[in-house]
Amino acid sequence: VSFIPGGLDCSISFVSHVLGKVCIHGRQKEILGVLVPCLTDLTKSDCIWQRICWRLVECVPDRWMEAVVIGFVQKAPRADILSRLLGNLVVKNKKAQFVVTQKMLLLQYGHTTAVLQNLLGHLSQDSLRRTLLLRVLQELLETWSSSSAVKHSPVEQQLYISKAILICLSHLKESEIESCRQELLTSMMEGVKCHLDSSLPQLRRLGMVVAESISLKINSEGPVLKFEYEEDDTTRELKSLVEQTPSFCVVPSLPDDDRSEEADATLSESDEKSGPAAPLMPDEESDAELDSDDDLIPYDMSEDKELKIKAPVYIRDCIEVLTGSRSEDVDKWEATVKALESLVRKNPAATREVSVELAKILLHLEEKTCIEGFLELRQRAQVAVLTTDPIPVAKYLTSQFYSLNYSLRQRMDILDVLVLAAQELSCPKFHGKTKHSGAQKPCIQLLPGSDSSKGWRRIVDERIKSKTRRFHMGQSHAELASCPNEFYSVAGYFFFPLIQHFDRPLTTFDLLGEDHLVLGRLVHTLAILMYLSVNTVAVTAMGKALLEFVWVLRFHTDSYVRQGILSCISSLLLSVPAEWILAEMTEELLETQSWLGDVMEKDPDGDCRKLALQNLLLMENIKKKLEAVPS
Amino acid sequence: MALPPPDPQFVLRGTSAAVHTLHFSCGGPEPDIPLLFSGSENGFIHVWNLKTHRVDTALDGHGRKSVYCVETMGGKDRLLSQGRDQRICLWDLAEGRTSVMDSVFTEHVGFCRCSLLKVAQGRWLMAMAARSLEEVQILELPSKTSVCTLKPEVGAKLGMPMCLKLWQLSCGSQPVLLAGYEDGSVVLWNVSMGKALSQLICHQEPVMSLDFDSEKAKGISGSSEKVLSIWSLNEQQNLQVYKTHELVNAGISDITIRPDKKILATAGWDHRIRIFGWKKLKPLAVLDYHTATIHCVSFSDHSSPRERLLAAGSKDQRISVWSIYAQT
Repeated sequence: VSFIPGGLDCSISFVSHVLGKVCIHGRQKEILGVLVPCLTDLTKSDCIWQRICWRLVECVPDRWMEAVVIGFVQKAPRADILSRLLGNLVVKNKKAQFVVTQKMLLLQYGHTTAVLQNLLGHLSQDSLRRTLLLRVLQELLETWSSSSAVKHSPVEQQLYISKAILICLSHLKESEIESCRQELLTSMMEGVKCHLDSSLPQLRRLGMVVAESISLKINSEGPVLKFEYEEDDTTRELKSLVEQTPSFCVVPSLPDDDRSEEADATLSESDEKSGPAAPLMPDEESDAELDSDDDLIPYDMSEDKELKIKAPVYIRDCIEVLTGSRSEDVDKWEATVKALESLVRKNPAATREVSVELAKILLHLEEKTCIEGFLELRQRAQVAVLTTDPIPVAKYLTSQFYSLNYSLRQRMDILDVLVLAAQELSCPKFHGKTKHSGAQKPCIQLLPGSDSSKGWRRIVDERIKSKTRRFHMGQSHAELASCPNEFYSVAGYFFFPLIQHFDRPLTTFDLLGEDHLVLGRLVHTLAILMYLSVNTVAVTAMGKALLEFVWVLRFHTDSYVRQGILSCISSLLLSVPAEWILAEMTEELLETQSWLGDVMEKDPDGDCRKLALQNLLLMENIKKKLEAVPS
Repeated sequence: MALPPPDPQFVLRGTSAAVHTLHFSCGGPEPDIPLLFSGSENGFIHVWNLKTHRVDTALDGHGRKSVYCVETMGGKDRLLSQGRDQRICLWDLAEGRTSVMDSVFTEHVGFCRCSLLKVAQGRWLMAMAARSLEEVQILELPSKTSVCTLKPEVGAKLGMPMCLKLWQLSCGSQPVLLAGYEDGSVVLWNVSMGKALSQLICHQEPVMSLDFDSEKAKGISGSSEKVLSIWSLNEQQNLQVYKTHELVNAGISDITIRPDKKILATAGWDHRIRIFGWKKLKPLAVLDYHTATIHCVSFSDHSSPRERLLAAGSKDQRISVWSIYAQT
């Protein structure tokens, strides 16, 4: 394609038509792959070429405008190049404006971060277009802070919107921030609330990062919002989006750069506290004095070591220390907490005498002093007690799960302890596989993600893989080392009490209502317990109960709960013997199958869809396996 | 091959409460019995007979509130005790009496031990923490007249005075006060003029105890941290840090230098008594007997060097008495 240079009145509309038609047929990449670099070079310094280019895109008919614009935005290497190529197209042409400000940002979410940066950078570079930028930011914030959007839209879309918001923020000038500070603040508060309410840890983290960035922008001098969360690639990427200072941008250097410098300065100042005066008189004097009466012979001081408080050696002593009201003996209390788990494991007989009492104390134990890893220590002690004396302690814990006046954190602790103990009892190999990072620091406390379910999912995935392989290759994978499974005899005590009262709301605890986070955890816990109960006598009864439980909840609005339910079905299919499933539960299975098909196609959450697909595969495998057995 | 540390020569039991303060009175000529005065948390002052190792008398004068300082005033017949009932009592113990002659109401609610200095026959100066937070009051005894009040300047933020030591270079010279404060600094005060001569930050934590050797113009202070700080006084009456010594475990309740200035003893929160050489602060011994934090250490004032003793009172309600480095 070659162009005629010169300031002639040539009509480019024909070229625009060609371009539009090619793009609408899906050949954007090819044609723009040639056209864009060409135009980039030509328009670098030549105004005439720029105007030609603008005319070119303006003349594209509306019905093909979308394809062309999207193609340009995707192909242009940088925002300023995009500006050169498109000019003020988005201001002049209604369709282009719609595409750029609404369709690409709110309706689609598959574009890369670079494309977003191009787009928003382009909007920020001209004063005419900046109004569009502000409008775009407002609409993005509205979506970000709407609770229904947070609940129902897929995680990927929310990530996309968050990125767009952060890039917009990075382009805003001080004066613009001033003018919309109030709106930013309101949206931020609402949005943070919706995000933190969610049961999915990725969404919570998204909310935290965006809220931090917004607060940094609007409150550059005062105290800034700071959350505690684990940094990962996504959060780092998001944060880097805000701090960019595009060199070609009109925007002056961002205030948050200065702020970070200020913060560093104050930090280093506070480190230099006025210490004690440096010794002015060196030790020369000691050499001058003769050791005339230094005939004092030192004694042996090798025993002089750091003082360690000894922890009690007997379990009952531990109980005394932990329940004692003597606040002076905090050293002893600390030592007891640290030593408790090993003491319990070493003295099973003594523990069994006081197991329920110990479980009660541990459930209510609060951090008296600042020990490192207190939550983990307490949890390990609880697991140790539960594994040493499973039946009474499980009875106690499951009854407390549904009692009044416990905090959500305590109820979830109960679930975590039950799961960890079940895993440990089923096989020593599992012990330590799923370590809860329970240690939480101050700042804004949030509940940790369900690490156990992730680890469990890995195990189930492996198991599923092994099952499918088994069908084809006929090998049996001996995954678990052979050892007596202590969980078998007590599985029922763990499982059935938990499933019993879930639909009975208490004054402080309503599983089916507000406390859907705990419901999600409960469902995941039941899935794990079901999985671990493979080959137990009670597994068929468990399966039936679980299927009924699951059936009630299958349309729950919280995607975390739905994921849990699908995991329950996976465990069910894996643990309950196939013959029994097909014999006793044919109708339910068919209904489940159709429901799973529905979930697989229509559920907004990607993880749910994956799990539904896995379940359908499992069901297929079971059927095939049973058919393959010669009758 | 270093010898293992010695065991206590004997242990005094029977206070039934934590021991907070000790004072020997063994300087009298024969047939005077060497005595040890101890103040306990239950408000009693026990007078121990060091020959029989038993309590001769128990004095109850502080309304069962903890006694945290006892001192004799020129012999064993006059005793001064300070308790948590905000009173300083002067006792007359001559001829078997056990009566409180006089008392001073200090209105001090802290734990700062008072310091006595004999300035003339029958006349004493006493430094004590007063009611107001940062002030130290100097009284003359037995007249109980106030000599002066030592107030730090406004905004100094020294905190409470934690420990005091009144001394004078020689009889008749100006009395000076060394005070250790809550913020970790030691201040040298001129008593007659009532103003501070020098201030030195010795510790990051409150100064728990200090002692001073007026001959060498060197002092030592201990705090709740792991460091002992040794400082000196130069001709211009300025305090300077001389040396620091790091300990194994944090926390020192009491420091005392033996009257012959050869060794010093520290009472530790880690239940151990440490002995150092005073000259170069060489660690000499770690005496490990008690099972709870040691509140006080005291050297005896025996006229014969070989009989010298060291006593330590602890929260475990026992007083251990040691004979260590008595030959030198």
